[in-house]
Amino acid sequence: MTVKIKPAKGSPYARILGVGGYRPQQVVPNEEILKHIDSSDEWIRSRSGIATRHWAGPDETVTEMTLSAAGKAIADAGLTADQIDAVVISTVSHFKQTPSVATEIAHRLGAGKAAAFDISAACAGFGYGLTIAKGLVVEGSARHVLVVGVERLSDLTDLTDRSTAFLFGDGAGAVVVGPSDEPHIGPTVWGSEGDKADAITQTVPWDDYRDSTVEKFPAIRQEGQTVFRWAVFEMAKVAQQALEAAGITADDLDVFIPHQANMRIIDSMVKTLKLPEHVAVARDVEFTGNTSAASIPLAMERMLATGQAKSGDTALVIGFGAGLVYAAAVVTLP
Amino acid sequence: MAHTSEQVLEGLADIVNEIAGIPTEDVQLDKSFTDDLDVDSLSMVEVVVAAEERFEVKIPDDDVKGLKTVGDAVDYILKHQG
Repeated sequence: MTVKIKPAKGSPYARILGVGGYRPQQVVPNEEILKHIDSSDEWIRSRSGIATRHWAGPDETVTEMTLSAAGKAIADAGLTADQIDAVVISTVSHFKQTPSVATEIAHRLGAGKAAAFDISAACAGFGYGLTIAKGLVVEGSARHVLVVGVERLSDLTDLTDRSTAFLFGDGAGAVVVGPSDEPHIGPTVWGSEGDKADAITQTVPWDDYRDSTVEKFPAIRQEGQTVFRWAVFEMAKVAQQALEAAGITADDLDVFIPHQANMRIIDSMVKTLKLPEHVAVARDVEFTGNTSAASIPLAMERMLATGQAKSGDTALVIGFGAGLVYAAAVVTLP
Repeated sequence: MAHTSEQVLEGLADIVNEIAGIPTEDVQLDKSFTDDLDVDSLSMVEVVVAAEERFEVKIPDDDVKGLKTVGDAVDYILKHQG
């Protein structure tokens, strides 16, 4: 017998209510990287714009970094942990796959029996998580959703690979998404291009270790030119589509927060998108390196903390990375 | 319409000038992009994309590595232009 099923009662719209970040204590300058590769500070800066990155110490685990960032985001939202109904964590560098990080976070935060799960969407992880969170809030399965991007990419860095040794950093960035009477998160333009899976990959799959002689821990390897071309020119189109989907133009933007992969990508995207001068552009990569899923919320937090952006500003966020995957949306800053 | 060798060189010189700030007169057939003109691997991608648009050619990533000199790029574009 087919019966009429009562749907959940969601909010008409959703918004980002708060943001928080955690950067590990150890700041690693380019000089430290140069102990392992034949390069120079000038070369690294000219190719990437990166001057420093943060590396996590033994106690700065994925879990601990997440707890710190999440606590700040919940406080920034004016909430307490018991008001969080769902925890969504994006990471590619948590090496214990079962159970998920999210369940431990929900428990230790004091979020009761919040739904909790991890997602794997690399550097697009924040946008993927944000989209899931918005859906949960609007559909009604959750009222407040914690979304965290967290990485310890130093664990997946080959310090002898002169094309990637300087790129990656560690950290966590979190937001809380909750109900709103007005739309403050625009439509997500997202997708995947699995035909370009080789452009950014983990060098060795974990199961190769089971009974083989593989000795070197895996690292992230990428085809620099392929990624650069895709990130700048294809992602500029995606960014443009996200603006159009939200019914605005670049002139209406206050802030642009692209994934902090590389300053050259950011600069070229800004040029390709012809962003007006008044748009503040996130350039946290200089200080934090590429922290994959954590980079957008970390950059958002820094811009709000330093006054480069303010609450209520209209921002375009776009993440892109291994998969290849991407996600872009216009949001109102918390 | 097919471009002549001179037109392609001139167009490439404009592109390299705009992207890397190299004087157009320095962009000669025998010059190496990296060694002589200081066009790094990422700027090279921007040069290639601009050249694709200007000359209506497709230059896949795998072929970009083979374009060592300005002359290599001119030859490639002449051979592949629509």
